[in-house]
Amino acid sequence: MNALETRELSKHYRDVAAIDDVSISLEENRVHGLLGRNGAGKTTLMKLLTAQIFATSGSMRVLGEDPVENAGVLSQTCFIQESQKYPDGFRPLDVMRISQGLYPAWDQELARDLVADFRLPEKRAIRKLSRGQLSAVGIIIGLASRAPLTFFDEPYLGLDAVARRLFFDRLLADYAEHPRTIVLSTHHIDEVSNLLEHVVLLDEGKVMLDEEADALQSAAIEVSGRLTEVDEFTTTAEVLHTARIGALATATIVADGEQTAAAARAAGLDVAPVSLQNYIVHRTTAAAPAAAR
Amino acid sequence: MLDETKPLFIAVAEQIEDGILDATYPEGSPVPSTNELAAFLRINPATAGKGLNRLVDAGVLVKRRGVGMFVAPGAIEQLRRRRREAFTQTYLVPLLREAAQLDITAHELAQMITKEASR
Repeated sequence: MNALETRELSKHYRDVAAIDDVSISLEENRVHGLLGRNGAGKTTLMKLLTAQIFATSGSMRVLGEDPVENAGVLSQTCFIQESQKYPDGFRPLDVMRISQGLYPAWDQELARDLVADFRLPEKRAIRKLSRGQLSAVGIIIGLASRAPLTFFDEPYLGLDAVARRLFFDRLLADYAEHPRTIVLSTHHIDEVSNLLEHVVLLDEGKVMLDEEADALQSAAIEVSGRLTEVDEFTTTAEVLHTARIGALATATIVADGEQTAAAARAAGLDVAPVSLQNYIVHRTTAAAPAAAR
Repeated sequence: MLDETKPLFIAVAEQIEDGILDATYPEGSPVPSTNELAAFLRINPATAGKGLNRLVDAGVLVKRRGVGMFVAPGAIEQLRRRRREAFTQTYLVPLLREAAQLDITAHELAQMITKEASR
């Protein structure tokens, strides 16, 4: 079953299409990556899916139903926003108390463990917390709510490397024991790439990629060698990026499974993998000039 | 730790294979569970499971319902056979290419190997 589906979903602000004709399906009980540059429409899409704003056109199903004014669906959905606002005078303790009443599957023991792990001062006013501590509040709510559908929007702004690792490990451990649908939106792609099973890449409100993470991992390769040989090998390939130094060159090309790599090696070229992060960078920068034309 | 030039689930499978070949996991012994592997390698449990299932399909591991996965009898022999078949492409071809660039003849190379092996 799909945890969520959108069909030709669009959200316009005057002349700007923040979300433009998006049709995606996210299978339940998997970790999905919602990736893209700043301003690509990630947050807008999540706000639509959690009925915080309304679509201009198109349709969507969240946990099988229309989420708009649907308390049943919304109590099964947890949306951790990057810029979550809290009422004046609220402390992390108050936020957790309210969340406990809001989410039927809330696990108080997990929340307590996470507060200790992140060393969160739970009795300090939220407006006095650092950016990292604020992110920790969101992470704790997102994990302890155990909502069947959880959105994390840039969950680790301001967190140091230790805390990011902690988030990662606790998310993995809890997800393994309590499978649920998780949508992770971030531009720190390399850090999360091993966690994702499926990736949706947005660019200027449109879906640019909608693929299994496995397939993306071998979707492109980098070939390098003598300029003439690289040129000859890449004439028939879809080239995403090239660089040259003197008589040497490297090219990032779209690969057709193992065959492309084998052919490159047979042609005497060196072959290196392309990380998800680099693949996406090349994809989004290669698209920019094409769109401007 | 994982070979990043390959799809993640294949790298997971190969890591378990290495463990079988170097007797970390003897035949008949259990291998780590999906969740243990996922936590240890910091990867999605589904990916870890896909790696393990690949080895079950190949007959390297056997699944015992409710208990876990175990190294199949004859797994070492099977892995050795398969890796020997790939040895030329994986190791010899790149070695000979580099040797050619350095003007090392096949004869010299053989001598170097013998000398290094007897150290």
